[in-house]
Amino acid sequence: MTFYIFNRKGRCQYYHEWQRLKPVRQGAGSQEEDFKLMFGLCWSMRALATAIDPKSPSMKQMGAPMRIGDGCSFNSIKTSSFKLQFLESPSGLKASWRMPGSGGQPCWGAGCFVLTTDPSVGSMVEQLQYIYASLFVELVVKNPLYTPGEPFLFEPFSAALNKYMRALGLLS
Amino acid sequence: MPAMYSLWIVGRNGGLLYSRDFWQLPPIEFNDKLRLASSWFGMCGISAQLSPMPDSSGIQLMQADTFDLHSFHTLTGTTFMLLTEPHTPDAAELLRTTVYELYCDYVLKNPFHEMDQVVKSELFDHNLVALFAAVNRRWGVGLAQ
Repeated sequence: MTFYIFNRKGRCQYYHEWQRLKPVRQGAGSQEEDFKLMFGLCWSMRALATAIDPKSPSMKQMGAPMRIGDGCSFNSIKTSSFKLQFLESPSGLKASWRMPGSGGQPCWGAGCFVLTTDPSVGSMVEQLQYIYASLFVELVVKNPLYTPGEPFLFEPFSAALNKYMRALGLLS
Repeated sequence: MPAMYSLWIVGRNGGLLYSRDFWQLPPIEFNDKLRLASSWFGMCGISAQLSPMPDSSGIQLMQADTFDLHSFHTLTGTTFMLLTEPHTPDAAELLRTTVYELYCDYVLKNPFHEMDQVVKSELFDHNLVALFAAVNRRWGVGLAQ
């Protein structure tokens, strides 16, 4: 199980791994590459979901710019060995979303939250929303030492995240 | 309400070989379809590489707000993509068994078919449409055309 927070520009702000049986070296090569690929995967999937969306009346091209929160997003992708749970935060993924200035929008830095779990785990949308609203906003955004968009390492957040994961029964 | 929307087949090199809608969907331009199919193909490879656990397959299921995208990778590298309403049951099973069988019977056994060439088989088309019409009818949702 791993957990990533990316900022709007695709930089990894926070990373934690509880269990990673396949080391990064056998996957993307380096941790830096792993972050880049993971964000790229999420961004492309988000764009693909918007483009393929069977319910939207108008056709959108893949990767066409649009406002934050517009279009169809995805919740998870599953392979035989893991499930990637995805939440786009209200400040959005900038790479594809043209910001209407920053006025009016909550710009707390985070772009998306990614959690990888066992494939048998069900939908984690609400849990990710809880992590965003009750842990990230409370313990990181409101921390005066936090610079929006920059990597952070705050003990209370890490502890609360661990505690929450354990309460969900995802950690042994 | 469960429903099956469309089926795409992607070849071993990421090219779109076949696509068919079983539902009235907003049209996607053909070029966009090609791009989407090959993006999906690439994304399956990347996600297997990024997996925190060893021996990952490609993506089997993507759950989005308004659809589920099931994907089945054959041993020879062909990828089937099935677009359905969220939480449509049996879709993965249907791909792995019936659809794959139809593909083998009507496409692969056709002596004029070559691997990774565009699928043009009336029989395959016909049987596939009949199959999905039957499945959708079972749930009481007709072909909305």
